[in-house]
Amino acid sequence: MTDVFGPQEWTAIFLSLRVALVATIAALPVAIWIAYILARKTFPGRQILNGLVHLPLVLPPVVTGYLLLVLFGQQGPIGGFLQQTFGISLAFRWTGAALAAAIMAFPLMVRAIRLGFEAVDPGLEDAAATLGAPRWRIWCTVTLPLIAPGVLAGAVLGFAKALGEFGATITFVAAIPGETQTIPTAIYGLLQVPGSEPAVLGLVIVSVVLAMGALLVSEWLARRMAKRLGRA
Amino acid sequence: MISVAIQKRLGDFRLDVAFDAPAGVTAIFGPSGSGKTSVVNAFAGLMRPDAGRVSVDDTVLFDAANRVDLAPQRRRIGYVFQDARLFPHMSVERNLHYGGSHDAARIIDLLGLDGLRDRMPAGLSGGERQRVALGRALMCDPKMLLMDEPLAALDAPRKAEILPYIERLRDEVQIPILYVTHDVSEVARLATTLVIIDAGKVATAGPVGKVLSQPELVPLLGVRAAGAVLTTKVAGRLLDDGLTELVFSGGRLILPGNLGVLGQTVRIRIPAQDVILAREAPNGISALNVLPVEITRLEQGRGPGVIVGLKAGEDPLLARVTRRSADRMALAVGQNIFAIIKATAVGPQDVGS
Repeated sequence: MTDVFGPQEWTAIFLSLRVALVATIAALPVAIWIAYILARKTFPGRQILNGLVHLPLVLPPVVTGYLLLVLFGQQGPIGGFLQQTFGISLAFRWTGAALAAAIMAFPLMVRAIRLGFEAVDPGLEDAAATLGAPRWRIWCTVTLPLIAPGVLAGAVLGFAKALGEFGATITFVAAIPGETQTIPTAIYGLLQVPGSEPAVLGLVIVSVVLAMGALLVSEWLARRMAKRLGRA
Repeated sequence: MISVAIQKRLGDFRLDVAFDAPAGVTAIFGPSGSGKTSVVNAFAGLMRPDAGRVSVDDTVLFDAANRVDLAPQRRRIGYVFQDARLFPHMSVERNLHYGGSHDAARIIDLLGLDGLRDRMPAGLSGGERQRVALGRALMCDPKMLLMDEPLAALDAPRKAEILPYIERLRDEVQIPILYVTHDVSEVARLATTLVIIDAGKVATAGPVGKVLSQPELVPLLGVRAAGAVLTTKVAGRLLDDGLTELVFSGGRLILPGNLGVLGQTVRIRIPAQDVILAREAPNGISALNVLPVEITRLEQGRGPGVIVGLKAGEDPLLARVTRRSADRMALAVGQNIFAIIKATAVGPQDVGS
């Protein structure tokens, strides 16, 4: 398979993994927080928050990518601020690809984690409070372990989504080899070049293997967790 | 000494409850939806009243007027929930020590938990779960214990298995216990004080023997649950027949079974529907217990029954007869008649120590 891939394909594979991992890890805490709010709190504007979170799921990815470009581009309100204050530039950088992947994966992660919260009886947290546990301890010892299966499911879904993100990524950060060209954009690019079918097939196989691997790891972790939760 | 006086609006439901109770077990009894759990939650800090005050001994837990509202974590009140609420991902051992390890060895011994420590909650029976929940609450060294229908989810044999533990607890752990139930035999066995709540209000509160023998409360308790509680002493054992002789101010009672050692205090509940009345001392009947009594009250029920309040010595008794019998016997307040109690009427669930 080494012969099939040139350096550009290998770069795309490692870049994809990096983008997807960074996107998942960065989005996870925010997704847990938003899922908690949506599952447990009632407040005015809850439906609006819910809608905003789900927007990337229903919008055409190109639209999401365009909005990111407008907001986070060098002239955009957020992008300009980040550039001037921290010297961070997202447009046409791999970090921008990670942001696009994170935004697109976010609704899937929130949905899975929210189900996790809804499966936990808040009465257990009340019980922990009557036993004298401070809130941070309740969170670490009761809530988090019990929602762990939901968090895991959300992370795997998010990772898979981030790995395969195409529309928003190519719109926001284009497909610059070595900087923003991920597996999907690489496949798309190769398809325009005659005689590159072996490389395309290779990248397709890599995609399948990565997705399958993520699923297997999550299954294995889920089984271990179920055992630890005493449900096995 | 526990003291509560709170108001709370929950939709259309209004809770307005006030009572004080001395040390020992205070039972809260009432139909479902009457607000029992809300009162317990007000002690735990899981429900914030709109107004009022809640205190245990000299600690004020909640006082709307002075803006006192201790967080549940800081109240040091043990809570045993109806559904136990053990942490499913922790072993029994970790559950027990979650809130502290006060007096762990004795509590584990008292509740018979030693063999369960390595197990996970999912593998425990309902009775075992409640014992673990009780142990977990006690290991926090609580100043008060709340028990919200801890036995409601259990079948009769499981209840019988756990009740002696709660009795031991009441006698050995010197903290007030607030115990919610809708089972009058649990009240009779465990409680010192009884508070009856109906539709968000206290219908009556007082010493359990006094409250349970009030004829006018029978509609609230239900005719099957009505019955007086007597505090008696074991006076002897009829070994050959497997009976125990108990004495109280109204005379002596002979009941089946081995009900404790000589001189021990035994509380028994005599269901009103198992007391038969006679104008004259009966002869040649199989019932062993015939007590001379005085009628103190006649209460017409909504159905065909009449509740008769009786006094045997200094202790009150309740009997339930049909209106037809009451008319035929021409029962009237002040009459001296006889109450006949079948020895087997008092079931083992009605006997406490």
